[in-house]
Amino acid sequence: MARRVTVTQKLGFTALAWGVGMLLFFPILWTVLTSFKTEAEAVASPPSFLFFDWTLENYTEVQHRSNYVRHFLNSVVISLGSTVIGLIIAVPAAWAMAFQPAKRTKDLLMWMLSTKMMPPVGVLVPIYLIFRDLELLDTRLGLTVVLTLIDLPIIVWMLYTYFKEIPGEILEAARMDGAGLWAEIVHVLTPMAVPGIASTLLLNVILAWNEAFWTLNLTAAKAAPLTAFIASYSSPEGLFYAKLSAASTMAIAPILILGWFSQKQLVRGLTFGAVK
Amino acid sequence: MTLRSVLLGMSSLFVLVSAAGAETLTVATVNNGDMVRMQKLTGDFTARYPDIKVEWVTLEENVLRQKVTTDIATKGGQFDVLTIGTYEVPIWAKQGWLVALDKLGAGYDVDDLLPAIRSGLSADGKLYAAPFYGESSMVMYRTDLFAKAGLTMPAAPTWDFVAEAARKITDKPGEVYGICLRGKAGWGENMAFLTATSNSFGARWFDEKWQPQFGSAEWKTTLDFYVKLMKDAGPPGASSNGFNENLALFQSGKCGMWIDATVAASFVSNPKESKVADKVGYALAPDTGLGKRGNWLWAWSLAVPAGSKKTEAAQKFIAWATSKDYLALVASKEGWANVPPGTRASLYANPEYQKAAPFAKMTLDSINSADPTRPTVKPVPYVGVQFVAIPEFQGLGTAVGQQFSAALAGQKSVDDALKAAQDLAVREMTKAGYIK
Repeated sequence: MARRVTVTQKLGFTALAWGVGMLLFFPILWTVLTSFKTEAEAVASPPSFLFFDWTLENYTEVQHRSNYVRHFLNSVVISLGSTVIGLIIAVPAAWAMAFQPAKRTKDLLMWMLSTKMMPPVGVLVPIYLIFRDLELLDTRLGLTVVLTLIDLPIIVWMLYTYFKEIPGEILEAARMDGAGLWAEIVHVLTPMAVPGIASTLLLNVILAWNEAFWTLNLTAAKAAPLTAFIASYSSPEGLFYAKLSAASTMAIAPILILGWFSQKQLVRGLTFGAVK
Repeated sequence: MTLRSVLLGMSSLFVLVSAAGAETLTVATVNNGDMVRMQKLTGDFTARYPDIKVEWVTLEENVLRQKVTTDIATKGGQFDVLTIGTYEVPIWAKQGWLVALDKLGAGYDVDDLLPAIRSGLSADGKLYAAPFYGESSMVMYRTDLFAKAGLTMPAAPTWDFVAEAARKITDKPGEVYGICLRGKAGWGENMAFLTATSNSFGARWFDEKWQPQFGSAEWKTTLDFYVKLMKDAGPPGASSNGFNENLALFQSGKCGMWIDATVAASFVSNPKESKVADKVGYALAPDTGLGKRGNWLWAWSLAVPAGSKKTEAAQKFIAWATSKDYLALVASKEGWANVPPGTRASLYANPEYQKAAPFAKMTLDSINSADPTRPTVKPVPYVGVQFVAIPEFQGLGTAVGQQFSAALAGQKSVDDALKAAQDLAVREMTKAGYIK
C-alpha cells in the first residue's frame, strides 16, 4: 500500500515540477513564438499559439538594422571581464573573512551587502561625471569596472559561504606542510572550492549579462551590449512586439545555451557545499 | 582556430575603419517607423559628405529621454544629434543645453517649415531644433460602421456628437467598441490626450499665477465626460491602453473611432497591417464650441546638444534629414505615403502627396489649428498644448495621469481623482517655488 502512495506522490510531484517549470519557462517560450509572427499577429486577440504563418522576417529585419555581432561581443567582454576581475578580488577577500575572521567581519559583510540596497539611479549622476572626466563613457573598460563593483558584494558573499564549509584544519595542515599564503589559496583552497567558484562565476556572468541600468545609461554606440540592442526595438508609435521578441530571443540565446550546458554545475554549486 | 581568425579579422577591420580618420556623428533616436527609414537612408548622407560617419543609438523613448537628459545636463558629450520633442526644446533651449541651428545652409528654406511647429521649436526667435516629423491629433473613424448606424461624421465634430455616435456604434457582444481612447498613465500617454481634451472643455492646468486648477468645474466636466463615455462605449481594460494598444485594437476592427496622433493615419490605412485600411475616415478633433479643439501638437525633432564637439557636422546632418530633398528621397524609395509628415508647407502643396495620402489635408488642418502659445480658452502662463513646458511636468503629469487612470479603471471616483490631482499639483508647484 505504502508503495502505491509513493507512486502517486511521485506522479504528483513530477506534475507539479513540470507545471512550475512550464510556468517559469512560458514567457521565454512566448517570446520565441512571437518572434516568428508578423506584427499584426503578435497583437492579435485571441492570440494564436502555434497555428499562424511562421515568418523569419523579424530576424531578417533585426539583422539588417542592427550590428548584432558588435553588441554580442560587448556583452561577452563586459560580463566575463567583470566576473573574472571580481573573482580575483573576491577569492582573497572571502578567504580572509572565512578563515581569519575578526571582530567586525560579520558587520563588514553586512555593510558590503547593504551597498546592493541602494537604488542605482541615486549615484547615476556622480558616476556619470567621474566617467566623463576619466573618458570612460561608452567604453567596455568603464562598464567592466562598474559591473565588477556592483557584483563584488554578491561574489564575496557566495564565496564566503562556500569557504566557510571547508574545514580550516585542511588549510592548517597545508600550512604545517610548509605552504605559504599564496600556495594555500591557489593550490589548496581554490581546487577544493572549484564547484563553488564555478557556480559563482556562472551566476555572475548571467547577472552581468542581464544588467540593464548601467549598461544602458553609460553607453552610446561603441560599448553598448545586448541590453541596448533589445531596448532599441521598443517603439512609442508603431507596433513592435514581434521585432522586439526577435531581438530578445537573439540576446538571450547565448546565455540560455550557456546555462543549459552548465546546468549541472550551477545546481550543484548552488545546493551543495564544497566538500560534500 | 576558425573562431579566433574570425574574431581577429573582425577586430582588425574595426580598428581599420575607426582609424580612417572620418568624423563620426552619434545620433540618438527612437524606434519609430520614420526614424528607422532615416537610418536606412543614411547612405545618401554619407555619399554627400564622405568625411562624416554616422553611428546610431536607438532607444526606447523614456530610456532615451533619461539618458540624453543625464548626458546633456552633465555635458557628457556622448551624442551629437538628439531626437527630442516639442516638450524638451523650449526648456532645454532656456537652460543653454542646445545649440541654435544657424548653419543649416542656404538651400534649407526655413520659412517652409509649418509656423505652428516652428514656433514650438524656437526660443527668442532662434530655431533650436529642426522638425523631423510633426503630428497633431484627430478623429479616425470607421466609415462602414458609421454608414451602418446611419451617421455622418462632420469634418469638425463636437464632443456631443462623438459621444452619441460612440454609444450608438458600440456592440459589446460583437467586440466592437464605439471609441478607443488612451487610458495608460503617463504624461505623454493619457495626459497628452486628456490635457488636449480639457483645453476644448475650457479647462487649464494652471491659472495666470500658476495656481493648479483641478478643482475647477471645467476639469470636472472633462473627466466626467471621459470616464462615462469610456464606460459606455470603450473597450475593456482601457486604463492600460496607450497609443500602441489602441492602434492594435483599431487595426483589428474593434474600434468605431479613435482619437490619437495624426501619424497613426499611415498605419491604419496600410492594408499590410490593418484589416480596416479601406474603411477609415478622418475628422478634426472634437470641440464644445468654446473656440479650442482637443488636438495636440508634437514634433519629433533633431537638435544638437551643447556638449557636442562636432556641431558643424551635426547641423549638416540635421539639414539633410529635415530638408525637402530628404522628403523627395523617401518618396522615390518608398512612395509619397511614407514621407515624414507635418513639417513643411511645400509637402502639403504637392499634388502627388495629396493623392498618395488621403489624410494629408486633415493632418495639416489639425496642425495649423493647434497653438502652443495660446493653448486654452482662458489665459495661461505656460507654453504647450498637451503638456506644460516646465521641467516639473514630466513627474507631475505622470502622477496626475495615475489618478485619472485610476478613475477610468473605477478604482477611484472622478471627484477623488481630481482632488488628489489638485493636492499633488499644489505640493509640487509649491516645492518648485512657482507658488507660495
